[in-house]
Amino acid sequence: MAGTLSLVAGVCISAAAAYIGSLMLSKRMVLVAGPLGHLALPGIALALLYGFDVTLGAFPFVILGIILIWIFEMRTKLPTEALTAVVFAFGVAVAFLFLPLEQAEAALVGDISRVGFWDALTSSLLSLTVIAALRKSYDRMVLISISEDLARVEGVDVRKYNLLYLLLVAVVVSLGVKVVGGLLTAALVAIPSAASRNVSRSLSEYSSLSVVFGVSSCVLGMAVSSFFDVPAGVAIILAGTAIFIVSSVLKK
Amino acid sequence: MRVRNLTVKLDGEVVLENVSFKVKEGEVLTILGPNGAGKTVLLRALLGLVPYEGKVEWKEGVKVGYVPQRLPLVKDVPLSVGEFFKLKNAPEREVERALASTGVRRDIMKKRVGELSSGQFQRILIAFALVGEPQVLLFDEPTAGIDVGAEETIYTCLERLRRERNLTVLLVTHDLSVVYKFSSACLCLNRRVLCFGTPKRLTPTLLSRLYGGKIKFYEHRHG
Repeated sequence: MAGTLSLVAGVCISAAAAYIGSLMLSKRMVLVAGPLGHLALPGIALALLYGFDVTLGAFPFVILGIILIWIFEMRTKLPTEALTAVVFAFGVAVAFLFLPLEQAEAALVGDISRVGFWDALTSSLLSLTVIAALRKSYDRMVLISISEDLARVEGVDVRKYNLLYLLLVAVVVSLGVKVVGGLLTAALVAIPSAASRNVSRSLSEYSSLSVVFGVSSCVLGMAVSSFFDVPAGVAIILAGTAIFIVSSVLKK
Repeated sequence: MRVRNLTVKLDGEVVLENVSFKVKEGEVLTILGPNGAGKTVLLRALLGLVPYEGKVEWKEGVKVGYVPQRLPLVKDVPLSVGEFFKLKNAPEREVERALASTGVRRDIMKKRVGELSSGQFQRILIAFALVGEPQVLLFDEPTAGIDVGAEETIYTCLERLRRERNLTVLLVTHDLSVVYKFSSACLCLNRRVLCFGTPKRLTPTLLSRLYGGKIKFYEHRHG
């Protein structure tokens, strides 16, 4: 029973993460998702310490992270890599300030096997809501990532969609920490879409394959983790990486 | 359409200063100027994409189509031509009409946008702007990266479109021959307006003022 619950929650969250990952077409969009998982770490640490839900702990920190990155990006105009390095290190350091070491594994690589019934239900529903919201705005978000100018000429409210996008990213990252932990959330978002990009020739192929790859890595990873003594989060990311490697070989 | 005292500042730097001109319905206005003269910024200001001071007045209810200089990001996206048009959320008939009038074959719809030649891509961008039946087309530097053979037909294509659809066209270009062949008015821009009027008013003196030393590059066109 517990296994089914965590599988369902894991699959829903992975699907949402992979779907939003397929929208990370421009550099700026990748920037926001990359370091956010790391910034969520202090929130996860607090949640584990005081025994509340890690997603609840992560969410405010992710929102704070989005605001911080946005401000840094505007004020410093530093390259993405530099900002990511700063934010990454900061998140990890702050987390270890007060994270009890015996809890570190759950914070860093997640522990989906812990989810209870209500937890699994709300996570799955939230993931499905994210997917629905993305489906509805997908075309406009693609247009924005191709060219904000063109989108605005077409009458798309770019700021509204950027905000919605950031919010959805925050939700996905906060949910993702349950499955793969703070260190690997970015991978849950980025790997399936990267693999999908290798083999797809159209946008519909790209987004649907991305979800397929995300879900498969989750199922595969959780299966592996139940047979061998490997944390599920680690196995999921390794399964995703394996899919990515295969897709790179198949790339034409 | 009328523009009065348009001034645009980007990052505190004045990019356009006191630009004023008029465009009548059905006219083709070319906007000329050296690199960095603010031509693209002017178009973006007209579209309301950058904040500006001064006045931009369009005829009421006018629909404007925009053909950007290039879309560097589009090559990274696994996007088929058909899907690119779907982003516009328009009836299929209109898309087909737009594609037909830019002379693009229908079998291009399944191709990836990133795989198109620059000439094909340019036509796709024009068609994209035409969907929704605009009365005005803002066209940014169609020469960028296109070989001369293809470029000739892009302008012919534009001219045909203008006649077919009774379009008003604002065209940013480096190419002086375009001015004489296709436009009814021209605006020489280098941060400020150097001249505004019919192409005949373009004299070599004016051009050398506009381009400085660069005018040599265009000399062969007078031969």
